[in-house]
Amino acid sequence: MTAPTGVIASKEAADKGQARRERLYSVLIKTQGTLGAFGLGFLVPVVKLCLGDTPKHQLHELKQQLLVPLLGIVAFLAAWAYLAPQVQTSLGAIPGPMQVLEQAGNLWDDHLAARDKEAAFYERQEERNAKLIAAGQEDRVKVRDYTGSPTYLDQIVTSLKTVALGFIIATIVAVPLGIACGLSRVANGALNPLIQIFKPVSPLAWLPIVTMIVSAVYADPSEALPKSLLISSVTVTLCSLWPTLINTALGVASIDKDLLNVGRVLQLPTWRTITKLVLPSSLPLIFTGLRLSLGVGWMVLIAAEMLAQNPGLGKFVWDEFQNGSSQSLAKIMVAVLTIGIIGFLLDRLMFALQSACTFSTNR
Amino acid sequence: MAFLELNGVAKGYGEGAERTEVLADVDLHVEEGEFLCIVGFSGSGKTTLVSTIAGLIQPDRGEVLLNGKPIQGPGPDRGVVFQNYSLMPWMTVAGNINLAVDQVFGKEPRKARHERVARYIEMVGLSHAADRLPSELSGGMRQRVAVARALAMSPEILLLDEPLSALDALTRAKLQGEIARIWEQEQRTVVMITNDVDEAILLADRCVMMTNGPAARIGNVMEVNLPRPRTRKALLEHPDYYAYRQELLDFLEAYEGGANPDPAVLEGIKHKNQRRSPAPGCEAA
Ligand SMILES: Nc1ncnc2c1ncn2[C@@H]1O[C@H](COP(=O)(O)OP(=O)(O)OP(=O)(O)O)[C@@H](O)[C@H]1O
Ligand SMILES: [Mg+2]
Repeated sequence: MTAPTGVIASKEAADKGQARRERLYSVLIKTQGTLGAFGLGFLVPVVKLCLGDTPKHQLHELKQQLLVPLLGIVAFLAAWAYLAPQVQTSLGAIPGPMQVLEQAGNLWDDHLAARDKEAAFYERQEERNAKLIAAGQEDRVKVRDYTGSPTYLDQIVTSLKTVALGFIIATIVAVPLGIACGLSRVANGALNPLIQIFKPVSPLAWLPIVTMIVSAVYADPSEALPKSLLISSVTVTLCSLWPTLINTALGVASIDKDLLNVGRVLQLPTWRTITKLVLPSSLPLIFTGLRLSLGVGWMVLIAAEMLAQNPGLGKFVWDEFQNGSSQSLAKIMVAVLTIGIIGFLLDRLMFALQSACTFSTNR
Repeated sequence: MAFLELNGVAKGYGEGAERTEVLADVDLHVEEGEFLCIVGFSGSGKTTLVSTIAGLIQPDRGEVLLNGKPIQGPGPDRGVVFQNYSLMPWMTVAGNINLAVDQVFGKEPRKARHERVARYIEMVGLSHAADRLPSELSGGMRQRVAVARALAMSPEILLLDEPLSALDALTRAKLQGEIARIWEQEQRTVVMITNDVDEAILLADRCVMMTNGPAARIGNVMEVNLPRPRTRKALLEHPDYYAYRQELLDFLEAYEGGANPDPAVLEGIKHKNQRRSPAPGCEAA
């Protein structure tokens, strides 16, 4: 009696396993593109290998997607480690990968230490205030904010905030202007020369002007939005505006005339034509522009922060350069790598957004 | 005064030496409730002709009158099914039809509009695919969505630009039946461009044959007096069917390859219709 049920149970289990595998597979297929976009494409053959799918082919894929990039990185590190000590600067030899890694660790430790200090500060303050209240001296209760210098992670966050603000302003300005350019030949004719002239201007040239204007207009800065942050953001805006503007205009201008004719037959009013036809059809190109803009913005940000003394990564690099201790170069290299990796992640984020919003052009 | 009148309509593109006349002096009268088919070679200006009726392009000369009033521009009273479907690729089937319904029947309550959308999706047999994007549909399904969208505007005139040309023979036959049924059911005036002679005879009250471009005119108008409802099978058995078919084919053949046939030849083709039975629908009795 037991044997058949056992067989059935194991068959059921096998069926279940099969179903689970199939589910996993469909998830894998769906996320494949996203994984690839984030540089994690090598996970696909790994999972497929685990599922026992065409091992030979998957191993080849794995080699292509994981081994080759790793080889590139290793070769770079080796060349770096070999060449760096051979150049002597006024701050000592150029640091190799190990020193840079060590400084990254130091920066992390500094961050943790600073957080501990902050927590301790607030604890003491609360204790003191509690005692004062217990003693009935409530008028002497004081609540102060901790005023330690920002850690490396704080600086990363500041940089991200700055670029986000600049990017948002750029988007708010560029998309409507781009739509106007794409829709009307007059607007396009009027704006085109300005775009061509201002597009190549470097952030370093904008900064003094922006500084003067922001100082004049934004007289009493709030704590959440310091002047230096606003100056850096506006500089980012001025440099990152153009790709979005140009691509939006292109996207809007290249909308399929037949689709517009559908709108004309329906007698859609202008506003509905824009929201229902023009915007959705130009979304892929708008996102291409936004992605380029964010890349430009992030690149420009470091220079802007250096000059505006906004406490982000740019200021970190500048301060370390001025500081000139034996660890400075290694710390700057940590910053360079951080900037690169964050820039890459931002780009991938925009790419993922873009693919989520892009429809198939197949009608 | 006919329901729809084209008087001396001419249209050309380009300037100076570049200029090509597409339509030269087109006169056409369409009665209310009529099913009109336009046949002609590619590039003869069929789409241009229909676009002037739709109001999407203005003729250089001549006038287009609807109910005696000149057409100023495009409007939902003339629903168009474009040659290339022209569905919004980012909207679902329901979304595409909804766009038209919201615009034309915006005053109706939301529920009534929903029902209207559902009704037209149902009419073209796409209820199961209402939430799919155009890219997820077959060519024939997209075509049906385009037809449903045009019908959902409740137009007085339905303008169909080669609506079935991209379809295989089986789907094509099915949609021809649907178009005939919708035309009978909704009592609309239909102007349909087609490149299929049999399709024209199956559906049309009158067939308009365009001469070759440039400077195309209406070369011949053939009344199709065959009993309705028509089925493919009944047509093949009808004694006049081949005469109609022959007239259309002879006309097209005379113009084959951009030829400029002798007027006498064209007259000869026209007179073939004398071989037909004298009165329409006699065999039905
Ligand atoms: N916007 C335009 N600008 C210039 N020439 C045009 C334009 N639209 C159409 N034409 C020309 O007008 C002529 C007729 O075009 P039309 O699209 O009306 O032909 P058609 O009969 O619909 O052809 P088909 O059966 O291939 O659809 C063609 O020679 C074409 O090149
Ligand atoms: Mg055409």
